[in-house]
Amino acid sequence: MIIINRKDFPILNNDIIYFDNGATTLKPKCVVEAMNDYYYNYGANIHRGDYKISLEASEAYESVRNKVAKFINAKNPNEIVFTSGATDSLNKIVFGFMMNYLNENDEVLLTKSEHASNILPWFELAKIKKIKINYIPLDEYHELTIESLKNTITRNTKVISVAAVTNVVGDVRNIKEISKIAHSNNIILVIDGSQSVPHMKTDVIKDDIDFLVFSGHKMLGPTGVGVMYGKMKYLEKMSPINFGGGMNQYFEVNGEVEYKSIPTRFEAGTPPIAEVIGLGSAIDYLEKIGMDKICKYEQDLKKYLISKLENNKKVILYNKSSKSGILAFNLEGIFSQDTAIYLDYYNICVRAGNHCAKILKDEINIKNTCRLSLYFYNTKEEIDKFVTAIEKSDDLYKVIL
Amino acid sequence: MDSELKREIIVENYQNPYHKGLKGKNEYFKANTNNESCIDNIDIELKVENNIIKDANFDGEACAISTSATSIFLKKIVGKSLNEVKTLISNYENLINEQDYDENLLGELMAYDTIYLQPNRKTCALLPVNTIKKILKQIEEEKSWK
Repeated sequence: MIIINRKDFPILNNDIIYFDNGATTLKPKCVVEAMNDYYYNYGANIHRGDYKISLEASEAYESVRNKVAKFINAKNPNEIVFTSGATDSLNKIVFGFMMNYLNENDEVLLTKSEHASNILPWFELAKIKKIKINYIPLDEYHELTIESLKNTITRNTKVISVAAVTNVVGDVRNIKEISKIAHSNNIILVIDGSQSVPHMKTDVIKDDIDFLVFSGHKMLGPTGVGVMYGKMKYLEKMSPINFGGGMNQYFEVNGEVEYKSIPTRFEAGTPPIAEVIGLGSAIDYLEKIGMDKICKYEQDLKKYLISKLENNKKVILYNKSSKSGILAFNLEGIFSQDTAIYLDYYNICVRAGNHCAKILKDEINIKNTCRLSLYFYNTKEEIDKFVTAIEKSDDLYKVIL
Repeated sequence: MDSELKREIIVENYQNPYHKGLKGKNEYFKANTNNESCIDNIDIELKVENNIIKDANFDGEACAISTSATSIFLKKIVGKSLNEVKTLISNYENLINEQDYDENLLGELMAYDTIYLQPNRKTCALLPVNTIKKILKQIEEEKSWK
């Protein structure tokens, strides 16, 4: 049973089957219209003018901060910082907070299935501060277990930074349990919510998350906007990493400067106002359906997909047990990119490659895979068409060459 | 060349490529091309004596078009002089870019004569020559030292 009106997504009229939702999601009309409305009717800068449309823009922008706070159950809207996306959010955490917080020989725990954005900032910090990066070993299904986490923590472990759902393996991690263990060892927990916040209910209080990052465009919103959530006690100790307009209270010729309060001090320059407003509309859309309903629908769809593929000898499945709507696969003897190009012939969009998880190859012993990632607008009929295309793939080279 | 034959040449060279596996010895010139716009990644090594290609090997993970083009190219250049290789490269590039070329020189490489119809695959077809050009540059730089 489809849980939305597919007509809300104009791009679906083009007869495409879009299975690359881990990369970005399609946009419903209401998101684009909210942005147009800003540009056409009150497109002024925020926090500046004393005129009506600037005040209107400021109110629209700040109201989304409240909306995001409610969406992830943050206590205080001032704990929500708008960024350009999850990558920007993680860089702010690493270079604005961890740079001061961590010392030589302190350890940061990651996993090999993290996205580049949750690895490369740490590599850079390791060079500057001589901290150590350790990887929590994954189990035979390439998933993170609590046992393994417990065994990897040492007295030097100061930070755990992991995805709630990883972007290739798609394992759904038990954040509540991870956070209990982290906090009982005085470890700060950073959660990359890029693949979880769009797909399931997120609760930073219940899960006791210290920092959470996510991107707007992976949850129906526009590109160029994302969120960094941080507990106020940590944001108070965080330094801005971008400096300039909008974030300062005053400055003098002698270099004396005072920054604005939290969160504005972390949002230097004119922020992506239209995009923030678009994100607000995306959240409204998601909440109208309900995150629990979305989560259940996607899990059912994934089960259906697996049931259709698991007996096909041509298909190698790398993560069929993981609970999210992400499936990594290859066709026997076919390079992943050739498979993706073949599927495109049937207007089926999947992604081939390493999916920005470049060290996962050490884990699954394969460099490149096709990734199919579902969202709630996908249907069983679309999966059937995909399965038919896969069944006909003996013709693959006839189609692509 | 009819499309069935072209397909056969490409698939045969993809599934049973010529000289796949690097020898990794010091006397070889090596280069890697990691296609930035997709995920092809190929290493090529050439052994050159007296301006003649004595051996050519490759390794890597790449699509059917890149892999087969590399296989055919290496097969063709073994035994050829560096100048002959340069002529072959420019004729092949012309083929891919819809300019004038000498069909007799290209032989099996004519299998790629309609790649221009899929512009995003042109970089795949050009992957081996871009890598070989890097090696030729290294050889010239080494000569200019001597």
